[in-house]
Amino acid sequence: MLKEIQSTGNKDTRSGFGDGIVEAARKNSNIVALTADLAGSLKLNQFIKEFPERFIQCGIAEANMMGIAAGLTIGGKIPFTTTFANFSTGRVYDQIRQSIAYSGKNVKICASHAGVTLGEDGATHQILEDIGLMKMLPGMTVIVPCDYNQTKAATLAIADFVGPVYLRFGRPSWPIFTQATENFEIGKAQFFSEGTDVSIFACGHLVWNAIQAGVILQEKGISVEVINIHTIKPLDESAVINSIRKTRCAVTAEEHNIIGGLGDAIAQCAAKNFPIPIEYIGTKDTFGESGTPMQLLKKYGMDVTDIVTAAEKVIARK
Amino acid sequence: MSNLKEIASQIRRDILRMVHDVNSGHPGGSLGCADYFAALYFNAMKHNTAFSMDGKDEDIFVLSNGHISPVFYSTLARAGYFDIKELASFRKLNSRLQGHPATHEHLPGVRIASGSLGQGMSVAIGAALTKKLNKENNLVFSLHGDGELDEGQIWEAVMFAAHHKVDNLISTIDWNCQQIDGPTDKVMGLGDIRQKFETFGWTTLEMNGNDMDEVVATLNKAKKLVGKGKPIAIMMHTIMSKGVDFMENDHNWHGIAPNDEQLAKALAQLPETLGDY
Repeated sequence: MLKEIQSTGNKDTRSGFGDGIVEAARKNSNIVALTADLAGSLKLNQFIKEFPERFIQCGIAEANMMGIAAGLTIGGKIPFTTTFANFSTGRVYDQIRQSIAYSGKNVKICASHAGVTLGEDGATHQILEDIGLMKMLPGMTVIVPCDYNQTKAATLAIADFVGPVYLRFGRPSWPIFTQATENFEIGKAQFFSEGTDVSIFACGHLVWNAIQAGVILQEKGISVEVINIHTIKPLDESAVINSIRKTRCAVTAEEHNIIGGLGDAIAQCAAKNFPIPIEYIGTKDTFGESGTPMQLLKKYGMDVTDIVTAAEKVIARK
Repeated sequence: MSNLKEIASQIRRDILRMVHDVNSGHPGGSLGCADYFAALYFNAMKHNTAFSMDGKDEDIFVLSNGHISPVFYSTLARAGYFDIKELASFRKLNSRLQGHPATHEHLPGVRIASGSLGQGMSVAIGAALTKKLNKENNLVFSLHGDGELDEGQIWEAVMFAAHHKVDNLISTIDWNCQQIDGPTDKVMGLGDIRQKFETFGWTTLEMNGNDMDEVVATLNKAKKLVGKGKPIAIMMHTIMSKGVDFMENDHNWHGIAPNDEQLAKALAQLPETLGDY
């Protein structure tokens, strides 16, 4: 039962990245880290302490950072670029498109402070379009881990993976509910429960909300399948299809515009393979605003109760 | 030196024949930079035509102004990276010789896609940093258009290279004073770009990019200036469409191909030194 999944404490996912890259760098001397004046926010302090010669400070110049990262791969380095998600994607889309994706460079674009849970800084910094931007690029792998442990494991996994990757995580302290010992398998959906009434596909912070919504639904006697789609591209299509064949309806939950994100990916997979009704949790083609993470999740319809309501609605649409 | 001039003449013929064949491409800047490419690939650069993407233990080149792909492709073929016959596939369907250079089709000699301007200096810096991290003494060369300096990313890179002492990088600016919409002075005044690079902390040189002796001497002088804590920039004065009298110094030849009659007239001015492809 989903209520058995307990939080073992709270920690920010960006710290999972900061701890993960240190561990990866200890194993592989080709790993280098770049930042655009946000080393502290991206939790690179320990990396800088242990590997000062493999840390590259670019100043507030993200376009240049992406180009340098592409160049570093020529000769075998594995560059991890670090800045906020907004500056990791929208600001440098053409640099990523031409110098990294089209050129097939082994660059890891590591992006923090994604989504509305960035909080008080407001809409300028709360990118809600980045998953869509990145997943549209041919050859780009897009990963959105759900908690500290998984972000750390994902950071280790992408270090071993050859090819451009977008790794999206966040700022706030968030429940830890996956195991520290779990390996991260790129492209493999993670099931938190099995059910027959409704599938809930979630990514990032909203996986925890999906689990909490699942607890409520189970208490109401609804058989719910909660699935963490931590890899949005390539999508684990067989996992998605197998789930919706059973449940015949789905809710998607992401801290992102419902246009272009996880929901679109699930809907496309369903439309091609097994059409079903879907309800979307995410921002509805709008920008964010200032507020606390919890206030913003509530205002923009990404709260636990919103997921419960969406599940009940989509079951009724079957 | 006479050999290099002969190579440059053949490269110019290749450029014109390539763009004429598909009635598209960018002859102006390509013709202007033919002498630089001949000097770089046949004299200044230590490189290996048995191409590896990593470019370890050799000098590498990054073309930032990718639209002058004809001169790049001709040079690579003439240097031995691939068969010169493949030049006939330029800009055609299923070709490795894309309109703008790409790694996607695995053309030997190309290590980064370019075309969207302003990105190559950053890439060259990254490659130069990797050579330093790998304790290699080889160099990274890059070429940029002057119009390309309108792009802000270039100046991010210029600032970075000086701050981080990327002194194994030799970047050349093709200063032909022309861009698509007209003379650079009219479109976006560049001012004294040599002084700008100096002020940013680079060592700078200047040369006539259409005088082979001067190009060879300047590139070799630049090689002696590496490893002294500063990146090196060469301001290269060229004439757009150099070598074809009726095309020279005319920005209208930036991105259009000669017709049959113009091609014949142009080729008559350029000796076929190595045999046409």
